[in-house]
Amino acid sequence: MNIVVLLKAVPVVGTERLDGSLLTDRSVQLEANGNDEYLLEKALQLTETHGGETILLTVGPAGATEPIRKALAMGAARAVHVVDDAIKGSDMRATLDILAAALRKMEYDLVFAGADTSDGQGGVLGAALAVRLGVPYLSYASEIEPIDGGVRIHRLSPTGYDVLEAPTPAMVMGTQLLGAPRYPSLRGIMQARSKPVEAWSLADLGLAPAAVGGGASTTKTLDTSKPPERAGATFVREPADAAVTQVVDFLAGRRLI
Amino acid sequence: MGAIWAIGELADGAPTKLTLEVATLARTLAEKAGSEAKTVLVGEGAAAAGSAAAAYGPDVLAVEVDGGLADRPLAAVVAPRLAALIEERQPSYVLVGASNDGKDVAGLLLGLTDLPLLANGAGVSWGDGGPRVEMSTFGGKLVTHSAFSEERGMVIVRPASVTAEATAAPGKVETVGVSVAAELPQVRVTDRVEETGAAAPIEEARVIVGAGRGIGSPDGLRVIEDLAEAMGGAVGATRAVVDSGWVPYGQQIGQTGKIVKPALYLACGISGAIQHKVGVQTAGTIVAINKDADAPIAEFADLFVVGDLFEIVPRLAAAIRARKSGSS
Repeated sequence: MNIVVLLKAVPVVGTERLDGSLLTDRSVQLEANGNDEYLLEKALQLTETHGGETILLTVGPAGATEPIRKALAMGAARAVHVVDDAIKGSDMRATLDILAAALRKMEYDLVFAGADTSDGQGGVLGAALAVRLGVPYLSYASEIEPIDGGVRIHRLSPTGYDVLEAPTPAMVMGTQLLGAPRYPSLRGIMQARSKPVEAWSLADLGLAPAAVGGGASTTKTLDTSKPPERAGATFVREPADAAVTQVVDFLAGRRLI
Repeated sequence: MGAIWAIGELADGAPTKLTLEVATLARTLAEKAGSEAKTVLVGEGAAAAGSAAAAYGPDVLAVEVDGGLADRPLAAVVAPRLAALIEERQPSYVLVGASNDGKDVAGLLLGLTDLPLLANGAGVSWGDGGPRVEMSTFGGKLVTHSAFSEERGMVIVRPASVTAEATAAPGKVETVGVSVAAELPQVRVTDRVEETGAAAPIEEARVIVGAGRGIGSPDGLRVIEDLAEAMGGAVGATRAVVDSGWVPYGQQIGQTGKIVKPALYLACGISGAIQHKVGVQTAGTIVAINKDADAPIAEFADLFVVGDLFEIVPRLAAAIRARKSGSS
């Protein structure tokens, strides 16, 4: 069973900023998107138990190499890194075109996507990709297991979970409940150095540079502003009873109780 | 310009709160744009639920779905029908609420249609000839405004971005038939498991009492639950508390959990790490209760009670109950 894990390289949480064109500045240090690591962990467990390879697919700038190496050190067999200067500024639709074109060149039983990205894509690309690839889409997985000729997941519902089944190949979008990602071992880090990372350009995917990137974007960032600042916390340091009285007065003053 | 559509969602035969918010938003945007708003409901019981949604203004397009699809995931049934209806009627803008099912519908629509998409809308106003979509970016450090390059697109709208308001002039309900050329590749729901203790969705709560590592143990959660009950609110938690198995994942607030916007957030024993902050910083009022006066939550709380939550929280619950019963 081969599993492709979509791994997005995002700016280290807390250090994000925009560049002069109001695009996310990806020249800063990048890390793997937190939600994607849960899927990577699950993919590694499944391929370790059932055989096959975990393969990474990343679309991102040169700086994405670092999170890719870390994921290889965790145990992924190899990686595909789609990297091309013309990709910068791509909207959701162009990103979808690029990922779909890359996946069409790969062989897989399952594709794993994280529930959301920390830089705001909203967790919708997995669904759109499944439609493009013509494969079943299963989402919000808290559990993933192979079944004969297919895959079974638990999908979180407001009151519990639904059990979903589909034939493979299939796309699975999953959540943090799949389990905490492992730390790379020293041996893993050593091995990662010699694992293959294929760099694919837009030309390799048969995509025209003009069809993606900022120039082809169907959406635009107009302006930015600072969020309204909170005035700063008022501290209450009195003993419990006096403190509670202050809290109640404060809440009543704001008509919250 | 074409119409502005709100895509609704049904739960137990009624439109969800988020549906009513998005319908209100479609109505107000259409008034400014001088165009027409519709609310689209797809699913079993859509027509019967129509008038509850129509009270918020837009006319309702109700698409009934045949019961033979009951074993398929909701979004897989809704999306191809919406895509066919969009193709037929050509609305300019489509608004979808950011529930899990709503995001799945929007994602499938992104694949089925060629509509441009802006995800993560925290507010939508009518700008220069089109929607101006406000987003909270980079964990709330920045507010950005975005627009579509052409006169059409789809916006995913977060819960509590607008307040649902019924109008004196309710819309009409029109039942429409939609034929779908092809269903999506098959996924079957083989079982639906109800878990005990599943709480009301925290996205809809006006008051949330948040539990952090400071609660110490599952027993510590009891004082939090009691305060939430006294306030008529819901319990939320940090990832550390959810990872410990004390609170279900559905109640996790933060980067890998829910993004919430209650009128009041009471953060108990929560240090306020960036990953938690991004989930709750747009709350109306934030009150922190923490032993450590240097905890980073001081940077985004309005009131910070320095003290032991086990001394403060039970007293606060009692004081609120006393106040509610009129004895104080």
